[in-house]
Amino acid sequence: MAQRPTAGRVTSAKIVIAGGFGVGKTTLVGSVSEITPLTTEAIMTSAGVGVDDTRQVPGKSTTTVAMDFGRISIDRDLILYLFGTPGQTRFWFMWDELVRGAIGAVVLVDTRRLADCFAAIDFFEHRRLPYLVAINRFDGMQYHDPQDVREALAITQDVPVISCDARNRESTKQVLISLVEYVLTMRRQRAVAPA
Amino acid sequence: MMAERDEPTGALVRPYAVTRGRTRPRLEIAIEALIETTVRGRSAGSLKGGHVREHQHIAALCDGRLQSLAEIAARMQLPLGVTRVLIADMAADGLVAVYEPTSLEDAPDAVGTELLERVLSGLRRL
Ligand SMILES: Nc1nc2c(ncn2[C@@H]2O[C@H](COP(=O)(O)OP(=O)(O)OP(=O)(O)O)[C@@H](O)[C@H]2O)c(=O)[nH]1
Ligand SMILES: [Mg+2]
Repeated sequence: MAQRPTAGRVTSAKIVIAGGFGVGKTTLVGSVSEITPLTTEAIMTSAGVGVDDTRQVPGKSTTTVAMDFGRISIDRDLILYLFGTPGQTRFWFMWDELVRGAIGAVVLVDTRRLADCFAAIDFFEHRRLPYLVAINRFDGMQYHDPQDVREALAITQDVPVISCDARNRESTKQVLISLVEYVLTMRRQRAVAPA
Repeated sequence: MMAERDEPTGALVRPYAVTRGRTRPRLEIAIEALIETTVRGRSAGSLKGGHVREHQHIAALCDGRLQSLAEIAARMQLPLGVTRVLIADMAADGLVAVYEPTSLEDAPDAVGTELLERVLSGLRRL
């Protein structure tokens, strides 16, 4: 189905916005989305099976996980969605559906709470989903050298680490552009020198 | 904005999948898959069965307007899984068209690159 070029057919794509609790994910989505960020809920069982199924699985408790998202019409027939990950990092199965087929991910970090993004970085590296790190500049926060953040997070040189203001549309646009450029560059390198 | 495009004619994905030996109307509809009401889905008279109100609501939401599974679920305040089943049923009856997302995991390199370039220029135009 997805074998044909995207031009001339109706299709969509998505980017995942991850990061710790209260780091500004919804703010970032809202600053660039053409709709007010919406929230949807998935029901999942404690065991992670029958995820989001309408049938109740006897003997297993269910949890509702909320995630929010925004929308950008790239063209009349190509729509880009930005999905914020649920704050609770233990819901790996939801993350799995969120990341499947995604362009890549933005890991939003607050330098006062760097450790909050470790789970997201581990997950994207494990899933081999390209990601970049965006440092959200909160008011009154001292400037952090992206190189220091890179070292603290122990990520390789090729992963972009940039600074942003999640409330600012232009800044958020630049974060998304940087991610797509990075993914394109990686694909071109892979095409030149296959692993 | 969407008006110039041809009318959607029906489901673009196989409406029935065999799961664990049973045939159930379950499409593997991705959260970002786009849904649009078909000509058939627009005439409320063709709606029948156990979920007429939900089907009518979805048909109205997606009439001449592409909406993702996630958007429909959010706007109807229903869980994703419930919404997915409703849409799969409607797709099986030809009431909505389901357009698959372009998966960067599955698409051939050339298709993925073309998609990325379109997204990139779209973001730059914003
Ligand atoms: N000063 C400042 N405040 C911000 C910035 N980004 C977000 N905030 C505020 O921080 C709070 C949390 O932002 P959210 O966007 O809700 O964060 P979130 O990551 O979606 O939070 P959860 O979904 O609860 O994990 C809100 O009150 C925002 O207004 C920023 O860049 N600067
Ligand atoms: Mg949020």
